[in-house]
Amino acid sequence: MNLIKHHGKIETRASVLAILILITVSIGGLVEIVPLFKIESTIEKVEGVRPYSPLEQVGRNIYIREGCYNCHSQMIRPFRDEAERYGHYSLAAESMYDHPFQWGSKRTGPDLARVGGKYSNDWHVAHMVDPRAVVPESIMPGYHFLLEREVGYGDIAEHLRTLGMVGVPYTEEMIESAAADLHDQAMPDADYDGLLARYPKAVVGDLDGQPDRVTEMDAVVAYLQILGRMVDFTDIRTEDILQ
Amino acid sequence: MATVERDEVTGVDTTGHEWDGIRELNNPLPRWWLYVFYASIAFSVLWWILFPAWPSSTGYTPGLLGSNQRVELDTRLAEARAAQAVFLERIAAADAAEVAADPELLQFAMAGGERHFKDNCAGCHGLGGAGQLHYPTLADDAWIWGGSLDAIQQTIRHGIRNEDDPDARFGMMPAFGDGILSRDEVTQVTQYVLALGGQDHDAGLAASGQELFELNCAACHGEGGDGIRDLGAPNLTDAVWLYGNSPAEIATQIARPQHGVMPAWQGRLPEEVITMLTVYVHNLGGGE
Repeated sequence: MNLIKHHGKIETRASVLAILILITVSIGGLVEIVPLFKIESTIEKVEGVRPYSPLEQVGRNIYIREGCYNCHSQMIRPFRDEAERYGHYSLAAESMYDHPFQWGSKRTGPDLARVGGKYSNDWHVAHMVDPRAVVPESIMPGYHFLLEREVGYGDIAEHLRTLGMVGVPYTEEMIESAAADLHDQAMPDADYDGLLARYPKAVVGDLDGQPDRVTEMDAVVAYLQILGRMVDFTDIRTEDILQ
Repeated sequence: MATVERDEVTGVDTTGHEWDGIRELNNPLPRWWLYVFYASIAFSVLWWILFPAWPSSTGYTPGLLGSNQRVELDTRLAEARAAQAVFLERIAAADAAEVAADPELLQFAMAGGERHFKDNCAGCHGLGGAGQLHYPTLADDAWIWGGSLDAIQQTIRHGIRNEDDPDARFGMMPAFGDGILSRDEVTQVTQYVLALGGQDHDAGLAASGQELFELNCAACHGEGGDGIRDLGAPNLTDAVWLYGNSPAEIATQIARPQHGVMPAWQGRLPEEVITMLTVYVHNLGGGE
């Protein structure tokens, strides 16, 4: 109690107070954050998670630019109601190449962590252009302008390289073919073999109904269609992914 | 620094601070607040012991209760399944026809099917299978790929024209505007298709369109235009038009047809859910 009575000695000296606050906060950070880098089970060991293809990555950037995360989460929590509605709960591994992750904290719209493959490309385009055209009760704004804006890809290689710096395992081959991959993924009848070898399960073709252009709509559809599809959960048991 | 004084009115000491002649009383914290504070500290210690709490360099303290959210979810899902097992096991063991024939299972499947339909199907096919432009109505008896229980189940399992399932139903109408038919010929066929559907049309153009239809379209849509389900070629003689029934919409669909895509639900949904959805869709109005 003696110490408490002397708090005035700390509180009246700003620099001492600042240093002690720093020490206290640092201890909290060290204890809570540092072990996560060391604990083996922080990121589950599952197969299939790959870096986003260039087009998906552009779509992700648009997703962030338009603030989709303000209404849509990408985090299925391990609760029964969520598992029954959305599917398998999200794994840390599934967002390990997300910078920044899009877990979100608010669901005005539904969770999107497993939206990939749930609707057709055409549906996504129709829905993005006018959400109420396909979902009458929707309150989502329309994003028709995505159809008009062409994707620029002069800097996509540098973009992937930058992501490489923060730990996304883009190979030199991926970076070299980035611009071509970005273009080909949204083109009907392109040669997808290399692209699909680099980015398995990527959705390819004329995604937005405009076969001759690569638009932001192509990018967003490509991104939405890969969400939650990288990991095949059929053979994964709970004990393999305990954290 | 001012000195601590005793306030005459309340009999409480001041803090000794003074700002522009204003001093404050050094009242103690309310007792109840203080005790709740101490209790919550004690509670946190108890929590550390019972639940996963403290990280270490290689793991964390698992807690005495051995609690784990992911294991707990498995338990909850198993409990929920066990509560419905009396129906779900029977549905899993039966085929759609048996479920539809058993009043008890049918009732369960309709309720379960409705809830899964809302989650997974209504985005395109609308609530209650009402359908909309580009997405077929499931509540009527105009079926593109067939409306028997088996046909519906196959469509749900494998989907239509998707890239994921090799068994997906697949039918592609050629783009007749790409060098197969001239503009005028597309117009003639359009008029004939209007005639098939009993709509207003130009009889002269339709007559020349009929010949073109028999040459180019009848192989899939049938001689009389009433469709061939094995090919997913819709009936053109009814009043149901997936892509619109105006001359312009029909001409567009002939020249550059659109093709709807439906995902495969096998693997995404458990087998008994697919069975329930089959029975539900079959019962929406047009089951065969």
